[in-house]
Amino acid sequence: MGNIAYDFQIEKDDFERAGEASSKIKKILRQLGIDSGIIRRVAIAAYEVEINLVIHSLGGTISISIDPKSIMIIAKDIGPGIENVELAMKEGYSTASDKIREMGFGAGMGLPNMKKCADSFYIESIIGKGTIITMKMMLKDGE
Amino acid sequence: MKLREIRDSLQADVLWGEDLLENEVSYAFGADLMSDVLAFVKTGTILLTGLINSQVIRTAEMADVTAILFVRGKVPDGDIIDLARENSIAILTTKNTLFTTSGILYSCGLRGIEDDKI
Repeated sequence: MGNIAYDFQIEKDDFERAGEASSKIKKILRQLGIDSGIIRRVAIAAYEVEINLVIHSLGGTISISIDPKSIMIIAKDIGPGIENVELAMKEGYSTASDKIREMGFGAGMGLPNMKKCADSFYIESIIGKGTIITMKMMLKDGE
Repeated sequence: MKLREIRDSLQADVLWGEDLLENEVSYAFGADLMSDVLAFVKTGTILLTGLINSQVIRTAEMADVTAILFVRGKVPDGDIIDLARENSIAILTTKNTLFTTSGILYSCGLRGIEDDKI
């Protein structure tokens, strides 16, 4: 298996299509015959980050690259940036509106859940510039 | 527990997935918070919820949920059922509330998810 990479554009407030990118990512990984437990972790992390981009960002991209040893997800948005990353990483902390909560999100579980799903998780945010989240999942035995 | 037994014990309607009723689930998880579903659900789970938007199906798709049972008589729109069909997720609906649904299924032997497993 060679290196494979895809980019998905995510629009702000596009709740109608939220989840489509993660759904495509899941299907790609399934076609590659990757272990279902790893697919599930990648799909959940991708979906959480996709929902976050729709809810909180001004828009951005999710990139996925797959090499024989690992899967890398990079979510990059164009702002507004997270004021307090440490606080945002705390379970139960959320700045989401009531409208978002009515949709079943905004419980403050997104970022902690991404971190739980990934073997490595890195977040960098600059106010007025944007946020980059990098997640890596290792594939067993070079699958 | 087979989906057929779940349907029968709740007198639930199958909105999609008559062919999937022989499938087994090991756990049930009741929530209207999809973030919690993503954080806690294991594979082989039936999701009990009163939320009927498309994100419920997306959440179930990502978390490998076997079936969704809508409580309190909720019925989602056709396009949401179509999305479930695309992902082979059985969709049922019952007039019972979440609490009553959970009690009936528990008394039939189905159990919840007790530990955080991700």
